[in-house]
Amino acid sequence: MSALHRKLLRDLVRLWPQALAIALVMAAGAATLILGVGTHASLRDTRTAYYERNRFADVFADLTRAPAVFADEIAHIPGVAAVEPRVSKLALLDLPGMVEPASAMMVSLPDWREQRLDLLHMVRGRKPTPGDDREVVVSEPFAKANRFEPGSTFSALINGRKRVLEIVGVALSPEFVYAMGPGDLMPDDRRFGIVWMSEKALAAAWDLTGAFSTVHIALMRDASEADVVQRLDGMLTRYGGLGAYGRKDQMSHAFLDAEMKQLEAMSRILPPIFLLVAAFLVNMTLTRLIALEREQIGLLKALGYSDLAVGAHYLEFVGAIAVIGSILGVGFGTWLGNGMARLYGDFYHFPFLVFRMEVSTWIIALAVTLTAAFGGAATAVAAVVKLPPAVAMQPPAPARYRHGLADRLYRLLAVRQTLVMVVRHIFHKPLRSLGSIFGIALSVSVLVGTLWVFGSTDLMIDVTFNRANRQDSSIGFARERSWSALSDVAALPGVLTVEPYRSIPVKIRNGTVERRVAISGKPRGGDLSRVLGRGFVPVTLPEEGIALSDMLARILRVEVGDLVEVELLERDRRRVEVPVTVIIEGYLGLDAYMDLAAANRMMREGALIDGVHVAYDEAKREAYFEKLKTTPVAGFVTLQRIALMKFRETLAENMYIMIAVYVSLGMIIAFGVVYNFARISLSEQGREMASLRVLGLSRGEVSGILLAELALLTLAAQPIGWLIGRGIAEAMVRAFESELYRVPIVVLPEVYAQASGVVILAALVSALVVRRRVDRLDLIEVLKTRE
Amino acid sequence: MTRPIFLTRALTKVYRTGAVEVQALRGVDFEAARGEFVVLLGPSGSGKSTFLNIIGGLDRATAGEVWFTDHPLADMSERELTLYRRDHVGFVFQFYNLVPSLTARENVQLVTEIARDPMRAEDALAVVGLADRLDHFPAQLSGGEQQRVAIARAIAKRPEVLLCDEPTGALDSQTGILVLEALVRVNAELGATTLVITHNVTIQEIAHRVVHFGDGRIVSANLITERKAPAEITW
Repeated sequence: MSALHRKLLRDLVRLWPQALAIALVMAAGAATLILGVGTHASLRDTRTAYYERNRFADVFADLTRAPAVFADEIAHIPGVAAVEPRVSKLALLDLPGMVEPASAMMVSLPDWREQRLDLLHMVRGRKPTPGDDREVVVSEPFAKANRFEPGSTFSALINGRKRVLEIVGVALSPEFVYAMGPGDLMPDDRRFGIVWMSEKALAAAWDLTGAFSTVHIALMRDASEADVVQRLDGMLTRYGGLGAYGRKDQMSHAFLDAEMKQLEAMSRILPPIFLLVAAFLVNMTLTRLIALEREQIGLLKALGYSDLAVGAHYLEFVGAIAVIGSILGVGFGTWLGNGMARLYGDFYHFPFLVFRMEVSTWIIALAVTLTAAFGGAATAVAAVVKLPPAVAMQPPAPARYRHGLADRLYRLLAVRQTLVMVVRHIFHKPLRSLGSIFGIALSVSVLVGTLWVFGSTDLMIDVTFNRANRQDSSIGFARERSWSALSDVAALPGVLTVEPYRSIPVKIRNGTVERRVAISGKPRGGDLSRVLGRGFVPVTLPEEGIALSDMLARILRVEVGDLVEVELLERDRRRVEVPVTVIIEGYLGLDAYMDLAAANRMMREGALIDGVHVAYDEAKREAYFEKLKTTPVAGFVTLQRIALMKFRETLAENMYIMIAVYVSLGMIIAFGVVYNFARISLSEQGREMASLRVLGLSRGEVSGILLAELALLTLAAQPIGWLIGRGIAEAMVRAFESELYRVPIVVLPEVYAQASGVVILAALVSALVVRRRVDRLDLIEVLKTRE
Repeated sequence: MTRPIFLTRALTKVYRTGAVEVQALRGVDFEAARGEFVVLLGPSGSGKSTFLNIIGGLDRATAGEVWFTDHPLADMSERELTLYRRDHVGFVFQFYNLVPSLTARENVQLVTEIARDPMRAEDALAVVGLADRLDHFPAQLSGGEQQRVAIARAIAKRPEVLLCDEPTGALDSQTGILVLEALVRVNAELGATTLVITHNVTIQEIAHRVVHFGDGRIVSANLITERKAPAEITW
């Protein structure tokens, strides 16, 4: 080993706390990079592989009823590779040991041929015997949540008739990765599942023998989805087609997509912050190291080492820290990434996981970290290279301070000289001080930029459940019914208030932009499910026209007063021009609302309703649920209150993990910046501090100088951090936004307070660590030596 | 007879670094009267700096007694030593040890702000002839000027003792004499007992008494019969 390398090693050992602090910030950058990129890639590849192996369809369409032979005609549409016709219907379930009713999507399995698309991945057991009307396969999440095994039984209300079903197998399917019940806002595996059954048996139950009600299509590689959708829509019109759609509108796929988009966004936002801070820390520390080693640099050059060799020596020092940081980051990121991928895998119940912790990701992390390190080192090392040996051997010129504008102010206010020292030292190297303030501000911003989500989620919950959808439960009918159904529901035990609704599937269009939505028809004066206008004030829907959520209005590029074209997907499939009368605020989905009477008029039908929102007496809920499960009133039941509780539970679980991760990341930056700044400040002013101790200043007074400097920087960083954090929040919201939901930016005051609290704590800890060094200053040594 | 301001008996100091023991002081008996100007001479490693550090409350003796008037320094806590330095001792060092970010005036104010009965910083600087350099930063002052700021800083608290370790060590002869003049003047005007360590034998001529250190002991001590003014000496 060469002498210079030995020096390098010893420098690293000597400066280990500072080197480690920098390496940790780099590690955090590398880890978040690997975590984001790796987890995202893992999930993306897993999904792709899953879709391919199990032949996830490309185009989907629901209809009322079409003869089985019609599937052959669909197969002849140019670009269609495979057609899977089937029966799928909702059913209410009565699960053993569960008070409230559950529901299931009943899906047929072909009896005499193999599935062509959306193949089941059997986890346990077997498929039902062809034609058997008792045997079923259930989705794994549903089985797990209810502790079902092959052999378990439960009852279902199939087309109004109660049947006992026996589970013979447990399976997964690519079309139900994200399975959510109708009317639900989030998955509830306990209360909603997929139930596969023999086609013959299921068709018989719904009078669909020799027919199908859903068709899934796989496209050829170069086929145009839009063309196929258009052809299909035309063909299915006479069979009550509800409009074909691609994967983009397939619920499971769309939710998965939104989630992966978020993950990707996170991997773009966080790593650059850490790497920027790391580059700054490298610059600050190396500049000081080089100032201290000035004479050694001169000596090395005098001995005959070339400028480049000396420069390379310091680059190697930085490179070594970057490599340590990368290794820590790669290790931690890979571990965390695997954990996260597994977590997501479990959450989505992928049948397998494709791990994409590839060497290339690691190399990218290493390269990016090294780039940040060398970028930070550039100016300092350039100075080393340029320094002539003769100049280097002389002591540096004493630090020059100049009079500032504040000097008079100090005298006027009789500011203590120790504080004057602090302020002048901060302003003496303004770039370094600004850099430190910025670094600390970034740590605050990482926290603000992540912790705000919880307050915002609370607002979403509040708006969605407490202000808009205040019903405890919603009952959806299997098909629309007359108003008399309302009194049937009102007569159920424990029901306090009922409110009917209409739900009309339509395509809503402005020019070339169109979206498939369901228009909710709401009665005048309804108090359960309300439509909120700007500022979340309930609005009364006008007698004419349509109310659009602001997201939908934005997509369609319409404002109040504009006309939109509504294409009915039921009945006569008329196209109607409707004026937009209200734009409403909401966070979930693309919503459109009409006055119930107006909706009925548009449909050219009498007073029909699709379901009823219910407020029930909590004390009588068991009787209410019991009745629901046994009478063929409901096609499905949504339980908002229970769903909300469940959602809060899930949120709380994830929240603690997330908070722990981000708080540690924020603290790493804060600690890294403050510790390095303090060490350098102490290195520069240690001599002065020791002199002050000799002059009779106490330990407290002397370390107060250092602490005051750190305190000023830390405090100055807070508002900047809040601003940047808010910017991060806005960037995230923009990245997260999808048509499924929109996240409101609400940064509550306590988020700022929490972020600042954590960072100030980290700063305090690092300051106290350095303070111990101030207490141990060698008073005699400092008097004997020139700096 | 009044009690001496400093009194040491059998003062011993041993430094231990690893397995090596260095006997810096081997039993020093010393006394200094109020207002006395004493020059300590001796080769490097003879123990004079160690001695000064101990009576200045910067270091502790391994054995022996050390008294400041009627206070035994050996019994003082770290905190009491700090207060002792703050209230009674003025230090002047070879390398001035000024705070570069503070002006001459502000460097002096560092001390006057914490002292019990300080003089005005401006007055202290006037004593050392720097009344017109109040607002200069150390980097804007010559070495001699910086050292005089350090003296002003040391005397501004009206210390009972002024301890100077090689105050002219980094200065040329002409500048050094200006500094010595300031010290003599302070000694005469404020009555501060002044101990000056130096390698420079010539400087003994401005003192009341000269003490020679050698190998951790006081080798000899002589009264100066014909005291000279600093301007009269040269080196």
